[in-house]
Amino acid sequence: MFYRENGQYKTTYGADQQMLPILQDRIFMAVLLLFAFIGVPLLASDYLLLSILVPFLILALAATGLNLLVGYCGQISVGHAAFMAVGAYSAYNIVLRVPQLNFLVVLVLAGLIAAAVGMLFGIPSLRIKGLYLAVATLAAQFFMDWTFARVKWFTNYASSGSVSTATIDLFGWRVDTPARKYLFLLAVVTVFTLMAKNLVRGHLGRAWMAMRDMDVAAEVIGIRPVYAKLTAFAVSSFYVGVAGALWGFVHLGSWEPLAFDINLSFTLLFMIIIGGMGSILGSFFGALFIVALPILLNQVPAMLGLPLATATKSHLEVMIFGSLIIFFLIAEPNGLARLWAIGKEKLRLWPFPH
Amino acid sequence: MKQHIGIVSVGVLLLAGLVAPLATGAGTPGFYTEVLLGGLMAGVLYSLVALGIVLIFKASGVFNFAQGAMVLFAALSVARMAEAMPLWAAALLGMGIMVLVAIVIERLVLRPLVNQDGVVLLMATLGVSYFMDGFGQTVWGSDIYSIELGIAKEPVMILEGVFQGGILINKDDVAAALVAALLVALLALFFQKTSTGRALRAVADDHQAAQSIGIPLNRIWVIVWSVAGVVALVAGMVWGAKLGVQFSISQVALKALPVVILGGFTSVPGAIIGGLIIGVGEKMAEVFLAPVLVKTFDLAGGGIENWFAYVLALLFLLVRPQGLFGEKLIDRV
Amino acid sequence: MRQATQRKLLAAAAGAVIAAAAATASAPAFAQAKEQFFPLLPYRTGPYAPNGVPFANGYADYLKLVNARDGGINGVKITFEECETGYATDRGVECYERLKGKGPTGATVFQPLSTGITFALTDKAPGDRIPLVTAGYGRADSVDGTVFKWNFPLGGTYWDAADILVQYVGKKEGGLDKLKGKKIALVYHDSPYGKEPIPLLQLRAKMHGFELMLLPVTHPGVEQKATWLQVRQHRPDYVFLWGWGVMNSTALKEAVATGYPREKMYGVWWSGAEPDVTPAGDGAKGYNALTFLAPPGQGQVHKDILKYVYDKGQGSGKKEDVGEVLYNRGLVSGMMAVEGVKRAQFKYGKKPLKGEEVRWGLENLALDAAAIKKLGFTGFMDPIQTTCVDHQGSHSARIETWDGKKWNVAPEVYESDLQIIKPLIRESAAKYAAEKKIPVRDCAKDAG
Repeated sequence: MFYRENGQYKTTYGADQQMLPILQDRIFMAVLLLFAFIGVPLLASDYLLLSILVPFLILALAATGLNLLVGYCGQISVGHAAFMAVGAYSAYNIVLRVPQLNFLVVLVLAGLIAAAVGMLFGIPSLRIKGLYLAVATLAAQFFMDWTFARVKWFTNYASSGSVSTATIDLFGWRVDTPARKYLFLLAVVTVFTLMAKNLVRGHLGRAWMAMRDMDVAAEVIGIRPVYAKLTAFAVSSFYVGVAGALWGFVHLGSWEPLAFDINLSFTLLFMIIIGGMGSILGSFFGALFIVALPILLNQVPAMLGLPLATATKSHLEVMIFGSLIIFFLIAEPNGLARLWAIGKEKLRLWPFPH
Repeated sequence: MKQHIGIVSVGVLLLAGLVAPLATGAGTPGFYTEVLLGGLMAGVLYSLVALGIVLIFKASGVFNFAQGAMVLFAALSVARMAEAMPLWAAALLGMGIMVLVAIVIERLVLRPLVNQDGVVLLMATLGVSYFMDGFGQTVWGSDIYSIELGIAKEPVMILEGVFQGGILINKDDVAAALVAALLVALLALFFQKTSTGRALRAVADDHQAAQSIGIPLNRIWVIVWSVAGVVALVAGMVWGAKLGVQFSISQVALKALPVVILGGFTSVPGAIIGGLIIGVGEKMAEVFLAPVLVKTFDLAGGGIENWFAYVLALLFLLVRPQGLFGEKLIDRV
Repeated sequence: MRQATQRKLLAAAAGAVIAAAAATASAPAFAQAKEQFFPLLPYRTGPYAPNGVPFANGYADYLKLVNARDGGINGVKITFEECETGYATDRGVECYERLKGKGPTGATVFQPLSTGITFALTDKAPGDRIPLVTAGYGRADSVDGTVFKWNFPLGGTYWDAADILVQYVGKKEGGLDKLKGKKIALVYHDSPYGKEPIPLLQLRAKMHGFELMLLPVTHPGVEQKATWLQVRQHRPDYVFLWGWGVMNSTALKEAVATGYPREKMYGVWWSGAEPDVTPAGDGAKGYNALTFLAPPGQGQVHKDILKYVYDKGQGSGKKEDVGEVLYNRGLVSGMMAVEGVKRAQFKYGKKPLKGEEVRWGLENLALDAAAIKKLGFTGFMDPIQTTCVDHQGSHSARIETWDGKKWNVAPEVYESDLQIIKPLIRESAAKYAAEKKIPVRDCAKDAG
């Protein structure tokens, strides 16, 4: 009834190509952003900000990065936590060695370094794909884990191998309180999401999708596989590297190589499977789902008067993850994002579906 | 000849690595042999896990990420049941459980996903592996359990007259190798001599042709997953007897991936030989190469065996993507 | 068909969203008075569960005992909640954030039983004004209360442990000077935990002229073949084992397989519990480990626990596991947290206390032999006295040996050499303070 595009005419090509072609969507997005920037910091508790929203935003950014590669370009990676680690350690070393640099510059530099490493490990994708590529990315995972644990220079010769960061200072604005951390992340993530959204609608994104859907045909119509695949690896690693730097500096504060181990790679992969492959929105859904599920599992049974043992809860959690992955792959391969789209479709026809 | 340059050079490199410690005197011949044996033993375990993966891949085109979880699950079942009954009964019952697992996986995961892309199936088995890890520990507990095969753990010294210091050998390692060899022989018999085995091979060669002559695909899948389950059980028991049954088993099984890359996804001998190469390679690298690296680059300790297998597989992919014994048919770009 | 599935999926999704909203909305529904909230960060799953579970049980059982026997701490009831960390740092941080604000006065004290999580929380605790008790683990330099105001490595650090082990093997050789030319291998868990003792061992190696071999073992520690082959190759005179979880039992099995004598292996106190040796069977016989607080066995406090907790069916674990090494360490850790609160109640009154008030209590902890006896812990710990400068309170440990069935603790008590450790602590703490731009406290002026 309220959600209908009747009477919204498009008179220019520009209007037709908008990111959100329906007025109601634009209003919704504006309200959502306004609420996220102003309402949430005022209303949310510190716990909600620090344990749910901060990891959610960072992981959503990382999942978006992974989605660009897996969902849009069709190249699987089970080693993306390695590129997060590259981002985090690059940022740590840049801050350590050039302390006067602004953190935003550090973030971009860390992303670029991650992109370079990502491209390096993406080279095998020119010859292989599918399962074979999975092994190549696994090599990246284990090799990078080892590098950061062993090469002392990366951790500034810390005897424990653990590094810790100082508070981020942006032009005198210190990112120290939960609300500031959240706002800082929200701003970064909004900018990067907007960029990603435009990227996938543009020339590059279309090249990736062509590569994903049928590589031979893509080559025939003039898309160079080398270019498409390596850019996908580069952009994806850039995003993930930035997310890694944020994960280290804003969320963890101090970390060891284990913080970026293979389990994180799997978690990122699960996010995009559950959220929806080939959908930026899906990355956000997936991240929210994975961040919130353990917390829900912790609180819902207790609310229903069924206190579960700690061990059971945690076993239950992996079991639920496992079953959900299978469930989504079977029932809705496009994930939560597809459900959202269906919901919107239904809403357009409501209350007269016929 | 030209297309063989890559594989030959990797082979030469590996051989050079194998000979280098002896040539440079980094280890005495006796110790060198011990490292070699240690690597072979680690390799046997990798081979056993890889074997299950290859069997399933051959028959259903699914790369089974959950093989490690199946090893853990089987080992946990046997270890816990053996507390209440004799080991052989527990093992038999464990086989029954693994068949049940195979049926459930076929019904709930494979059948709905038939004809899907390989990567989708891979991710589905990743889901299976998470589920089984959680399920196994909920049902059987998450402590360290032991499987006692009744083999002495104290090493024996042999060939003391030949090498200075002799060679230490473990009976349970030898037993593990024998079990693996027996299993491979049994599998070979099963595939060559029984009608089910022939049907399996037919399916592996060509799904559609096999189906058109009346081989029921679904049943074949159940059988193959059951066989892989039994292989997992054997691997789990061998492994569990050596190191104890515990959650971490399923993680070490990740190493089976580079093994099948090396050996080829569809080759049973490939899985065995790939496992041995990786096992020997990483132990040699860790014992002889790592100290040199640590000294040269001032690293905080060795540990290169963590990535050695993967990087070796990666190199291999670049020169010979189908693996040592794999079929030429490969998804190349 | 497809439509129906979709509709069901949509309904399910909507339901989940509502449940989520309800759960988050009702979370902060704690406002009762007269309760002291203890957050627990155990790990009952994953590769470290065999060691994490008994510790968590001991800790929880002590809190239950205080409620059941004494009716709380001077009338203030104890509440607690567990949050599974799986020994993972990010999980631990999430748990910390989740639990730090619970209860009427917030979290009392955190004890994560993980050096990695301790490193992460050390940065966060000052901001939230919650003390961290890391009895026998964590940062060795956090003994220095002038820099690490919120950290309490009560009873022992890894530098103490490493120092005592070197002293012990020196004594065995007939004097520390006899260590010259000897080889000692450190087989360690490749994490902040395992790396902690390295600076001290390197210092000692330089002092006495022994050679230190560093052999890291990657998490979780089931792959040690290559490590032990190296031990076999170089034949060190002693092996110090710095493992945790499944790594310990694997190390012992590999030592058996490579024929390294277990009598020459010395574990840190986290490598000397029942789950570390029992999986290795007879092979573990003769293996030694340190023990600081709480050797195995049962005392008065265990009788109380069996009577007040287990006989009522409230026990956290199995009855026969009460008195295991790690269980007892959990017990002692719980006790020290409770005693910290008790001490703080002297100053601030018998009411629920804030974390910063408990911090004062922990800093002025004085448990002498009489107090320990009163608590029923005689024989399970040495007296502890903390001050503003020394947040550790006790620097002693004993050696225990596994005889195939149980741990036998030798009566000799060893003290770490503070002459050597203190400068190291001061140097490291000063570096941390400079890096983090933390003002150093003046203990003469700042009592609170």
